[in-house]
Amino acid sequence: MAKYLLLKHYRGAPAPVNDVPMDQWTPEEISAHVQYMNDFAARLEKTGEFVDGQALAPEGMFVRYDGEGRPPVTDGPFAETKDLIAGWMVIDVDSYERAVELAGELSAAPGAGGKPIHEWLEVRPFLAAHPTVTE
Amino acid sequence: MNEALLRSLTPSVLGILVRRGADFAAAEDAVQDALVEAVRVWPTGPTPSSRSGSGGEDPIRDPKGWLVTVAWRKFLDATRADAARRRREDLVDEEPAPGPAPAVDDTLQLYFLCAHPSLTPSSAVALTLRAVGGLTTRQIAQAYLVPEATMAQRISRAKRMVSGVRFDQPGDVATVLRVLYLVFNEGYSGDVDLAAEAIRLTRQLAAAIDHPEVAGLLALMLLHHARRAARTAPDGSLVPLAEQDRGRWDTESIAEGVEILQAALARDRLGEFQAQAAIAALHADAPTAEETDWTQIVEWYDELARLTDSPVVRLNRAVAVGEADGPRAGLAALASLDESSARSRTGTSRGCPVPRRAAVAAYLHERDGDLATAARLYAEAAREATNLAERDHLTRQAARLNARRRR
Repeated sequence: MAKYLLLKHYRGAPAPVNDVPMDQWTPEEISAHVQYMNDFAARLEKTGEFVDGQALAPEGMFVRYDGEGRPPVTDGPFAETKDLIAGWMVIDVDSYERAVELAGELSAAPGAGGKPIHEWLEVRPFLAAHPTVTE
Repeated sequence: MNEALLRSLTPSVLGILVRRGADFAAAEDAVQDALVEAVRVWPTGPTPSSRSGSGGEDPIRDPKGWLVTVAWRKFLDATRADAARRRREDLVDEEPAPGPAPAVDDTLQLYFLCAHPSLTPSSAVALTLRAVGGLTTRQIAQAYLVPEATMAQRISRAKRMVSGVRFDQPGDVATVLRVLYLVFNEGYSGDVDLAAEAIRLTRQLAAAIDHPEVAGLLALMLLHHARRAARTAPDGSLVPLAEQDRGRWDTESIAEGVEILQAALARDRLGEFQAQAAIAALHADAPTAEETDWTQIVEWYDELARLTDSPVVRLNRAVAVGEADGPRAGLAALASLDESSARSRTGTSRGCPVPRRAAVAAYLHERDGDLATAARLYAEAAREATNLAERDHLTRQAARLNARRRR
């Protein structure tokens, strides 16, 4: 068993095949897209492979330590950054092949025209916290 | 209330219900309900309590009988409600009254059922922990760091998969052992120590079946587990075998493991777990790392390679050769491993390097005095590591060599 993070990007990933911004879709197409992802998560819960999934707002900020009591906040590092994460799902699957299979399925969520987006998803294995017995 | 006792009784109670004709999935639910009931009503102290009126038996005198009675009643309550009601009630009539529990133990069949080949490894592990181990879904979910709902679905899916499997079918011991070893290797998280749980279940299996490989696995687990306290530093970082404080090894566990192993080896039916345990025993036997009998360890790796032909085994053999005959010999063994794995790696899209190969190569190059190559390989190994403690350890190794080279 291994956990994988499936990362969706607003920006930073290669352009999907069906590359129409979401605000150009019809409301029904958006609903269908959301429904697809909810169904996907529900199905993975049934197979015992779902761990977590969250969507992220595009707003955000960078914060860092800058001396006692005044952490500076810069809004929108996103103008310069190449990458922006839209959301994630964590799955717990038996194999690398299964993780790739599921990511492929998630990438087929419908977009404009009801056609699959063919969105690129980043698939990252988790580092396990516990060492195995091998020495 | 004794949780250990409850959990040890789980498989035989479940077995009795299935023997009486209960469907496996429904029986398993009923046993879980009975366990919950036991936790609720069993007296907490050593003296009998007047509250224990739930079962037909006295839980103090006959805990198993009590559990069977309550589980059977739960099973009937559940099945009466559904369409199978008629059939189930007929079944009850034919059954002997749920009195003292029969002596026949179906634990073994449960092990085989839970490790059924139709299940994925993760499903088999989850089902084994629940049906044989008596753990709750919440405990299993915590141990695997997944939501309880996810684990509940994983278990009920697994139960559906095996519900049609006949209970009497002889199973495959190798599959059962693989599942138990998976549980053992999961280590510790949440409130359940899966390594200890795996040892408990393997002990139970060893008591139910006379098989040298079961004994071999039990010995292997005991020998590995004996070193656990010494394996990590207080900050959680890995301590390599050679640097471990041998005073912190559990000598009682080691002695027991060695004894079990010797009895198994005397049967002259060698298998991979016995061979692995023999290697672990040779490590455990050495008073200091320098006194390790590497020559004999190489011989056991030769046996193991014959039994498994796994690249990981040949990689570990290269380490042993490096210790027995020097780093150059180890590097030569590594080179021959690369050739054979290159030959077998035809047609796969994803180049599949042997895990930890870079780490082993780094170690051998360091011992051979080639610090630059060693540092580069340690960094490469750190990037390939699949767990945090190992990655941090390898990164520190690379940093240590780089610091030395700058001086």
